[in-house]
Amino acid sequence: MAAHHSRSQFQRHFRRDEAPIPFTIDGIAYSGRRGDTVLVAIMSVTDRLRQSEFTSEPRAGFCLIGACQDCFVTLACGMRVRACTTPLEAQMAFITRESGNE
Amino acid sequence: MNDTSPAVVVGAGPAGICAAKTLVAAGLRPIVIDEGLRAGGQIYRRPFLDDGRSATDLYGSEAAKATRLHREFDALLPSIDYRPQTLVWNIADNQLHLMANGDHQQISFQNLILSTGATDRVLPFPGWTLPGVYTLGAAQTALKAQGCTIGRKVVFLGSGPLLYLVAWQYLKAGASVAAVLDTAPFTAKLNLLSAFRFDPRLVLIGMSYAARLVRRGVKLRYNVRPTGVDGSQHVEGLSFKSGAKTHSIACDAVAYGFALRPETQLADLAGCSFRFDDRDRTWLPVTDETGRTNRKGVYLAGDGSGIAGADAAEISGELAALALIQDSGAVADPGRMSVLAGARRRKAKLRDALEKAFPFPENWFEQVPGETKLCRCEEITVSSVVDTLHGNDLRELNRLKALSRAGMGRCQGRMCSAALAEVLSSTQKLTLTEIGRLRAQAPVKPLPLSLHEGGA
Ligand SMILES: Cc1cc2nc3c(=O)[nH]c(=O)nc-3n(C[C@H](O)[C@H](O)[C@H](O)COP(=O)(O)OP(=O)(O)OC[C@H]3O[C@@H](n4cnc5c(N)ncnc54)[C@H](O)[C@@H]3O)c2cc1C
Ligand code: FES
Repeated sequence: MAAHHSRSQFQRHFRRDEAPIPFTIDGIAYSGRRGDTVLVAIMSVTDRLRQSEFTSEPRAGFCLIGACQDCFVTLACGMRVRACTTPLEAQMAFITRESGNE
Repeated sequence: MNDTSPAVVVGAGPAGICAAKTLVAAGLRPIVIDEGLRAGGQIYRRPFLDDGRSATDLYGSEAAKATRLHREFDALLPSIDYRPQTLVWNIADNQLHLMANGDHQQISFQNLILSTGATDRVLPFPGWTLPGVYTLGAAQTALKAQGCTIGRKVVFLGSGPLLYLVAWQYLKAGASVAAVLDTAPFTAKLNLLSAFRFDPRLVLIGMSYAARLVRRGVKLRYNVRPTGVDGSQHVEGLSFKSGAKTHSIACDAVAYGFALRPETQLADLAGCSFRFDDRDRTWLPVTDETGRTNRKGVYLAGDGSGIAGADAAEISGELAALALIQDSGAVADPGRMSVLAGARRRKAKLRDALEKAFPFPENWFEQVPGETKLCRCEEITVSSVVDTLHGNDLRELNRLKALSRAGMGRCQGRMCSAALAEVLSSTQKLTLTEIGRLRAQAPVKPLPLSLHEGGA
């Protein structure tokens, strides 16, 4: 599952001209906007946040208010953050590929 | 025990803000704790960063209330101990366990107002875990807090006032609304006539959303049953039944939900007793009409004590604070309390009528295919939960959770407990009251690992 999905799920309607905030997904560089949550930054450039634990299905969050816990993403340092309630910070490096896979 | 420990308010939505304001007016300096970055709660959620939208852009017909509450809260800041981005994850022995920024703190309380609000109530349908399917509340939060839509062409599905409101907000923001699919029959909307008696303004505003959607060419359908989401990696369409016919509609996102469910975990951990509520189809903490519970010093307000909406949340927040003030031996205006209690009773009647206009789909279990995932976290299907019940006299919800593992995941049953209860009651022919309620467990939300394991 190394394929990257350049199709963005979310569409920005406001804050389009805010300062760009650089981040990476599986080593590939992207940029979000100042004021983004991690979830919005990632979903504005691709269509998934992670793979589910048991069946490796793509997942992209669900409630956006910190209730469903579906939106956990892993940082390169190994830390996990809840994407919908975590503000994006410059140079965050996200890993969305399943470990052990190519 | 410390007599001087300050009153604590959990939640800074309309209920919590009004509670805090009332406590401050009585000369107290409450601690106000909220998980969010900025105060306002769900309905009056503020963007992370101001983005040029006006209050009317953000909150529509409720803009004046939003602006007033935000202003009132900001004015309280010098008089309260405000703890944003702080989760209350346990209550035990009159201690609140807090987590902020990965740090654990504990505070003791004598008086506590829980105004923890609600989350979307959902029921599984085939494909509901696919990227692009979000709750109605999520669709609204993306737009309100972040200025984004969850897709370009969105289907709105389910039941509840948010269905039409969010569809209209999306249309106004420039997204395309593929359809609004109401799971209730059109005749259910006739109940809005009796709701009109209690709140004509609200009913007219709600009806105007549907009218505006129709005027802009959006198809509204009633009596809909979703049958599946098209697409393997993300949403490409939605299939549904309306009457006997099956339809398919192209879209890249689905926003859906069936009204709201109250966040009652902290009340449970605080030792409040519960009763089954037919209207909300769930167990609610028992309170008197001011929000007093069976636990001395613990008060409840807002949607976390039963779904009643934002205006009722303001009323119940003030009432709970006045009850707290009265119980601490100070003078609370009894006239004001009875006015508020009367207003609260009217809101309850409004809710009765609204619930009939936006009913819960009672026959969900008969129609959901067995291979549908019931539990998103543990990825357990409806049929595997049903199998757990086979040849088994299991009649209690917590036992079903333990044996099936559905509801044991990270969301603590927030997303699957309504469905789990429907499966158990339908299969075993028991009422929702008879199967009992899922007990809350600490931590009410997952904590960072470092906290659990005591740091590095
Ligand atoms: C996503 C969403 C969108 C909604 N949008 C609308 C709308 O547009 N119009 C409308 O009329 N109604 C809307 N509602 C209904 C809403 O429940 C009420 O209108 C209103 O917000 C209820 O006010 P409240 O003060 O009871 O709770 P809320 O406004 O929900 O506030 C509760 C607060 O408590 C905090 N909290 C909860 N648990 C904890 C904890 N353990 N630790 C720390 N803090 C905690 C939350 O972060 C939140 O800020 C929405 C509901 C949801 C879930
Ligand atoms: S999307 Fe539900 S917790 Fe983040």
